[in-house]
Amino acid sequence: MSNFDVELDASGLNCPLPVLKARKALSSMSPGQRLLLIATDKGAEKDIPAFSNITGNPLIETSEKDGKLHFLIEKGEG
Amino acid sequence: MTKKVAIIASKGTLDNAYPPFLLASTAAALGFEVKIFFTFYGLTLLTKDPDLKISPLGNPAMPMPVPIPSIVQIIPGLEWFATWMMKRKLKQKGVASWQELRDICVESEVELIACQMTVDLFDYNSEDFIDGISPGGAATFLEFASEADITLYI
Repeated sequence: MSNFDVELDASGLNCPLPVLKARKALSSMSPGQRLLLIATDKGAEKDIPAFSNITGNPLIETSEKDGKLHFLIEKGEG
Repeated sequence: MTKKVAIIASKGTLDNAYPPFLLASTAAALGFEVKIFFTFYGLTLLTKDPDLKISPLGNPAMPMPVPIPSIVQIIPGLEWFATWMMKRKLKQKGVASWQELRDICVESEVELIACQMTVDLFDYNSEDFIDGISPGGAATFLEFASEADITLYI
């Protein structure tokens, strides 16, 4: 996983908390900064790309590590 | 153009508290403008600290540890048990409490509209409700819903 500025561990949290927490974290970040979001909610696999697509915060990378989903999201200009 | 979501919340059980607040808080996180119109039993969801319950009665799809015939479900305490079981499960599975989702709705400026007709019908007072709700009627909702991209009746 590439470099990130903020890490958010949403392991154990269920829908819609990973999305809500990602939103909160991104709102205090500057455009271009990157958020590493870790989640165990299986729904996040589709929810985070949808969130990223709608809010204009590009999803840079997705991977799975130790059974957890890792999302690297860049704060957009919007 | 900001997307708009219009929701009617008409039910006041624990399970029915989730869909309006969950979808509204998520929609707000996606940057959508959201209004929820609370009517009839949905008004309970706007009161300060309601003890919401879930009833297995008339709900054959509710998973129970052992099958309980409908006639037995009128026994006092069974509703309490079903509610306790549901709350425990929600916690175990890392699901937010409905109050948490309601707080997020308020923080993210989801407009919570109390149907004035049912407020009067059930003799609610403004101090029964949480802060920041606005009263409204059918035309208030329909005006917003007519411009909404998503409209839901729950």
